Amino acid sequence: MTTQTIAFNTDRKLMKTGLNRIIGIGLFLLPLIWMDLTTYLTLTIAGISLGMLIFLIASGLTLIFGLLDVLNLAHGAFFAFGAYAGYTVLNFFNSLGWIETASLSSSLFYLVAALCAAAGVGALLGIVTEKLVIKKVYGDHLMQLLVTVGVSFVIVEILKIIWGVNDEVVPVPMGFQDSFILYGVFIEYFRIITIILGVGVFAVLQFFLKKTKIGIIVRAGVENREIVKTTGYNISRIFTLIFAAGAGLAAIGGTMMAIFNQSVDPGMGDQFLIFALIVVIIGGMGSVTGSFIGAIIVGLSFNYVAFLVPKMALGVNFMIMAIILLIRPKGLFGKD
Amino acid sequence: MNDPILSLDKVHTHIGQHHILQGISLNMKAKGGATILLGRNGAGKSTTLRTIMGLTPASTGRINFKGKAIENKKTHEIARMGMGFVPEDRAVLFNLTVEENFRLSMIEENEKTHENLNEVLELFPALKKFWKTKAGLLSGGQRQMLAIARVFVCDHALLLIDEPSKGLAPIVVDQLGESLLRIKDKTKVILVEQNFNLARQVGSDCFILDDGQVVFHGLIQDLALDKTMMKNYLGI
Ligand SMILES: Nc1ncnc2c1ncn2[C@@H]1O[C@H](COP(=O)(O)OP(=O)(O)OP(=O)(O)O)[C@@H](O)[C@H]1O
Ligand SMILES: [Mg+2]
Repeated sequence: MTTQTIAFNTDRKLMKTGLNRIIGIGLFLLPLIWMDLTTYLTLTIAGISLGMLIFLIASGLTLIFGLLDVLNLAHGAFFAFGAYAGYTVLNFFNSLGWIETASLSSSLFYLVAALCAAAGVGALLGIVTEKLVIKKVYGDHLMQLLVTVGVSFVIVEILKIIWGVNDEVVPVPMGFQDSFILYGVFIEYFRIITIILGVGVFAVLQFFLKKTKIGIIVRAGVENREIVKTTGYNISRIFTLIFAAGAGLAAIGGTMMAIFNQSVDPGMGDQFLIFALIVVIIGGMGSVTGSFIGAIIVGLSFNYVAFLVPKMALGVNFMIMAIILLIRPKGLFGKD
Repeated sequence: MNDPILSLDKVHTHIGQHHILQGISLNMKAKGGATILLGRNGAGKSTTLRTIMGLTPASTGRINFKGKAIENKKTHEIARMGMGFVPEDRAVLFNLTVEENFRLSMIEENEKTHENLNEVLELFPALKKFWKTKAGLLSGGQRQMLAIARVFVCDHALLLIDEPSKGLAPIVVDQLGESLLRIKDKTKVILVEQNFNLARQVGSDCFILDDGQVVFHGLIQDLALDKTMMKNYLGI
């Protein structure tokens, strides 16, 4: 190729991505035709916060896939276990009578406590799973699918033994049930907290991977384990840590979802694993940015469509996934 | 004090079904220049280095480094004991920038390693120019420079370097020779090298391997005079 044709091609590429963006944004303004602005804004904020919830679980999945090349179908089980762990903490505060009277700031405190417990339990579960099972199936996708489905069953059974098989009502701290009004739109505090948490996790992950020494070691380890080992780093410990972090993120997502839905049930993992998988595929396997954008797309379209054509709400996400895969087989941010 | 820094005693290595190293015994003194490993293609030179490093562990035999048995240690533990390794395939991290490649190689980032880094960059100015470039975009020779330069930033007790001159322009080979000469006083180097001139410039003693066994050990000057040896095993 001559330099001229290269320049021409990059020009076309730029124009194409620009055009794609305009089409994308246009699509998300489209619902305005059928609803008034207040409804649209309410749905948009709800959609973004749902997206952030999904991002929390998808980010762990994409981290584990992108960095460790492990297809982890036990991710939904980590998510459910985290939800129950957070529920237990909130229940404890509730038994003291603190939840119903909580101000916004003490609600935040209870939330942080619940999230820490969930993250801890999730990370622990991740460490055990990685050391006992995953370690033996690195590099073998089929085996990964089989054993992680097995792990998922085991975790859910343990969960049922500890917490029982029924749905439980999650006590939501009083401060989160309030809302404030902005330009005529009711906004619940919990939605804003979800968005802040999601964006925060995204920023921390980006910073961690791009700027820190550990991030460099992790990216290096994914590319070439041998160099990392011969430089003097214990790569298997680093991989365990990554898996634990991914599981911890799933567990945090679980607690947030438990509060969002005000309930937990042993099967909740499967349901959201599907959401997370869609997001990861739309965003491009292994891309944290992709999952972030993918989660927002899924959250928004779910909410718009649930309002307009309730029966289509879940289906539309599969449609979006199919369309995106047709245009970009590797997902929005997938690497070739 | 001139105890051996590294010794291999009847080391055998199997890869799958293949018996690659067939009883290698080597002794290397800490001081007095680089030790060169020679031998034709497939003789087992790279496998010897990889076995020392714990990448293809020995099936039997003993390996001692700084007086400690390392044949059962993990690669990263051996590296932490002060052994550095430059593999033969220009192994740098393609998805990391030149800067990140260097940061990775600094087990500890302190004044000393940063000082070393500045020295190394003076030796290989091309790398400074591509500081923020992904290593995957460098030319083959530049990558080779990076692969070598990155082990120089830490102070090792022993460096295993596999065919560093492969694919480098003659002038860069000269630079490389210079840098090897410069570090050989504080760091013991084991060098696999086909370029006999470079080997002679930096090496003191040498081992010739053939079919996974040591067939010659002696001073490199003596080898240069031994016409039959040179012809049979090195084709020179
Ligand atoms: N992973 C492997 N699987 C099977 N055989 C191997 C493997 N690695 C090396 N060998 C074999 O071991 C023998 C020694 O290989 P090695 O790479 O150590 O040779 P070398 O002396 O470094 O050769 P060269 O000068 O070509 O680099 C060769 O016959 C090679 O085919
Ligand atoms: Mg070799």
